[in-house]
Amino acid sequence: MSLINYSSREINCKIVYYGPGLCGKTTNIQWVYNKVAPETKGKLITLATEMDRTLFFDFLPLELGTVKGFKTRFHLYTVPGQVYYDASRKLILRGVDGIVFVADSQASRYDANIESLYNLHENLDEYKLKIEELPYVIQYNKRDMPDVIEVTDLQQELNPEGCPSLEAVAIKGVGVFDTLKLVAKGVLQKLTQN
Amino acid sequence: MVKTDWTIYEEDYWAINSEIKELLNNSNSQSVLLIDKTGQMIASVGVEPDFDLMSFASLCAADFEANAQLAKLIGEKDFSTLYHQGSDESMYLAKVASHIILVVLFNKRTTLGLVRLRVKKTVEGLNTILPRLFDKLQYENEELKEFDEEFTDELNKEIDALFSD
Repeated sequence: MSLINYSSREINCKIVYYGPGLCGKTTNIQWVYNKVAPETKGKLITLATEMDRTLFFDFLPLELGTVKGFKTRFHLYTVPGQVYYDASRKLILRGVDGIVFVADSQASRYDANIESLYNLHENLDEYKLKIEELPYVIQYNKRDMPDVIEVTDLQQELNPEGCPSLEAVAIKGVGVFDTLKLVAKGVLQKLTQN
Repeated sequence: MVKTDWTIYEEDYWAINSEIKELLNNSNSQSVLLIDKTGQMIASVGVEPDFDLMSFASLCAADFEANAQLAKLIGEKDFSTLYHQGSDESMYLAKVASHIILVVLFNKRTTLGLVRLRVKKTVEGLNTILPRLFDKLQYENEELKEFDEEFTDELNKEIDALFSD
């Protein structure tokens, strides 16, 4: 939900990273946190288990420069990927402005991607939202792993609509900024269209 | 109902601000914040906390939502207020107009009883202001004109600069 505050001259937008467990959602956000200029980022909040699995969410606020007197901020969230944390995922999607679906390219995670994508559709439905109406990007992550599925095959199954997509190796930062740029620009485009 | 987009105009902001300022003074609190359930900060008055307000807002929203789910499990619709007691600093949270959260930070200069009493009155006040604001949004889009193509171009440049390797 983009919130425009005319008094404090602020625009706030929410971007959510979705995807199956261990696909690299937190890795994406951590890379962003480590690489952006210190003055543009807030505190990285991670609600994780002792085993470093996301329990509730990760949160990172990022600030763009002031344009026409307005300060624009992106709030990046990740959801917990594990199947049984569905209630948490649903809560985090509330008021979402843009979504990144991080798919795990490994053959062994093929079904997990499909299940997570189905779950995303279901949860958006609860808020009367549709993926087609939101700025949405698919990131095919872990392209450096040995048993990856061809991108064309992944596209066929996970992205038949041909939404913007790109390949990534989030742990090395490959494709991380490009993914975020793509979805952030989509969110702003939609904001100004409205 | 979950609002998908909303805008706070100057006059509404000051109406909200005066309500929460009154609460701040009457309850002897440290700070009063207004946050929406998606984790966005709407307004804050009082002593500026020395922590990241954006993160604080996102955690408050998560806290409130997690508790609402707990409420459902025990057969309640939600919990309209929450209280977190610390040895020095405490927090009192209250639901306003279905999707807004009022957060009061206070210490030993006041008491929970006083905070609770004053919050109740402020919630009533905000409950008349906020729905009016939401209704108005359905009709007013005039000012959004300043977000034109030039504005988008400028922001896109900012994005490119922020996310450059």
